[in-house]
Amino acid sequence: MRLMIEAALAAATALTAVLGPALQHPETRAAPALPIVVVAPGTFAFRSPGEYLKNGWPVDAPERTVTFQRGFEIMKDEVSAADYAACVADGACKASESGTASAALPVTGVSYRDAVAYAAWLSAKTGENWRLPTDEEWSFAAAERLHDDSLGLPQESGNPAARWLARYRAEAADDKRDTQPKPFGSFGTNSKGLADISGNVWEWTATCYTRAVVGNDGQVAHSTENCGVRVVAGRHRGYMSTFIRDGRSGGCAAGLAPDNLGFRLVREKLSLVGRMRLLAAEALQGWLG
Amino acid sequence: MLTRREALMGTVAGAATAALLTTMPEARAAAEPPSDISKLPREHVELVAPPFVHAHDQVAIGGPKVVQFHLTVKEQPMVIDDEGTTMQAMTYNGSIPAPMMVVHEGDYVELTLTNPETNQMLHNIDVHAATGGLGGAKLMDVNPGEQATFRFKATRAGAFVYHCAPAGMIPWHVVSGMNGALLVLPRDGVKDGDGRRLKYDRVFYIGESDFYIPRDAKGKFRKYASLGDAYADTLEVMRGLIPTHVVFNGKANALTGEHALKAKVGETVLIIHSEANRDTRPHLIGGHGDYVWEQGKFANPPEKDLETWFVRGGSACAALYTFRQPGVYAYVNHNLIEAAELGATAHIMVDGEWNDDLMAQVQAPIPIPTH
Ligand SMILES: [Cu+2]
Repeated sequence: MRLMIEAALAAATALTAVLGPALQHPETRAAPALPIVVVAPGTFAFRSPGEYLKNGWPVDAPERTVTFQRGFEIMKDEVSAADYAACVADGACKASESGTASAALPVTGVSYRDAVAYAAWLSAKTGENWRLPTDEEWSFAAAERLHDDSLGLPQESGNPAARWLARYRAEAADDKRDTQPKPFGSFGTNSKGLADISGNVWEWTATCYTRAVVGNDGQVAHSTENCGVRVVAGRHRGYMSTFIRDGRSGGCAAGLAPDNLGFRLVREKLSLVGRMRLLAAEALQGWLG
Repeated sequence: MLTRREALMGTVAGAATAALLTTMPEARAAAEPPSDISKLPREHVELVAPPFVHAHDQVAIGGPKVVQFHLTVKEQPMVIDDEGTTMQAMTYNGSIPAPMMVVHEGDYVELTLTNPETNQMLHNIDVHAATGGLGGAKLMDVNPGEQATFRFKATRAGAFVYHCAPAGMIPWHVVSGMNGALLVLPRDGVKDGDGRRLKYDRVFYIGESDFYIPRDAKGKFRKYASLGDAYADTLEVMRGLIPTHVVFNGKANALTGEHALKAKVGETVLIIHSEANRDTRPHLIGGHGDYVWEQGKFANPPEKDLETWFVRGGSACAALYTFRQPGVYAYVNHNLIEAAELGATAHIMVDGEWNDDLMAQVQAPIPIPTH
């Protein structure tokens, strides 16, 4: 999939050279007035998502320092049911499972694929570049609302159930039980200005599920990525197959599942070349379509 | 949670009681002479809400007694899933399932049913353990503002369903929540097929319900202002025989997360699973049924080492299991669609030491080795 996009962009870039100055600046088009939060550059302690093994036993992911040299722009709110419905009406998105088109509610009942389709539609519509945040970006933007999912258990206890039970207990204690999506702002705003972080909607991220082996030096020795499963961020991290729309169906038999699946997007600041590429890709699409 | 009751009655038991005890196993052979029930000891039992069970003796202390229970009908809206779907429910004592009553074989159950004036419907009770009178329903029709009491003898040991059975609308009352379980223990306790006594540390009372909630034109579950308003649409869904919810203890996720059941390695649990209306097939993921009375009746030898067992609609089953390994167990209706999509899943958190002999991870997942 990634490869195909790269190929399309390459083709579009070639076209740009031909079209040259005929292209208009994308910002002349009307973009929806979405509240955007600019997350300032900074540094934070981050525990990578996924499962980590050390000497054959599951352990907490090693903590590392992550620095964002440049800030980034992210939606203040999760994508609304109304905005998503506009994409559905355009034939670019599949109807969500939530069945509402309210402007006051986040869209829920959407899969990773749906989120990606929406981002592509919104990008085309606005001439901007919208995409899902990575788990790192989401975690940084979540600030004090980020839940550290480390368990801090003694390693190699010899009891494989210990981590399992501890995880279940931690998540059960945090279980709010009200899974009905709530109007924007119901869960408050965090210190960076993002609304409803870690409410009852878990948010899709672009980050793939990872299984890694940690060496005795605490560094990742090797890892396997499974991009058929992505990280969903929220009150606790979840890992969901990209086609799952209802986390409770997609969860495992003996664990606690996300209440709802939704998303918010990052607006990528494009270099001039990037903008040209995007426009050219659209022009190409126009010719072919 | 069940704690074995202190043997308060123990000192009262004299020679007469001992005599009664020895005659009890013969009791079913022929009609015994009626005892003077008015002279029997009486005990009033306060019921507790599921998944717990009131304190009781696993082996009867003393002779038969009259055990009094009181059920009050509560008609009330109840939320049956995490989405907030609300059902106009009818309940005994406000819980789905209704509280479990525990007595011993040969005891007399004296049951009072109160139907407060604030209710709208007539209710009664049909106890499957009772003999005659439609299980009591014939004697126990109570209108709003009425109360009735009847007595029956617990002549058969086992787990039994009880439910409301008003003429003309029995299934509606049952699938709206009016069902529970009665456990009649053998006087000398529960035994394996070879006469050896089996003890339990806890009872888990799982009442499974099939609900039939009407939807609006958009497919959303409808909410009704009253029982009467809900009746016609609900009946239509019921006639389709496909439940919209199949849940344990009245609500999807009633027994998960914070409300997960708890046990320890080495503990033995007696799981009573009742379903008043529809067949189900309990399964303990990662565990077994050490001893299972599939049909719930203790005069029959239990089956052993079951993986999944079958509960016929309108019955309660009993399964005994000793946990041997820690972890989070899922106890499900092994129609897994009903378990995962419709709600029939409970979790049991079991603490204790891992047994490497029973299971060990030989190699945690790693990339496939290449040569
Ligand atoms: Cu009734």
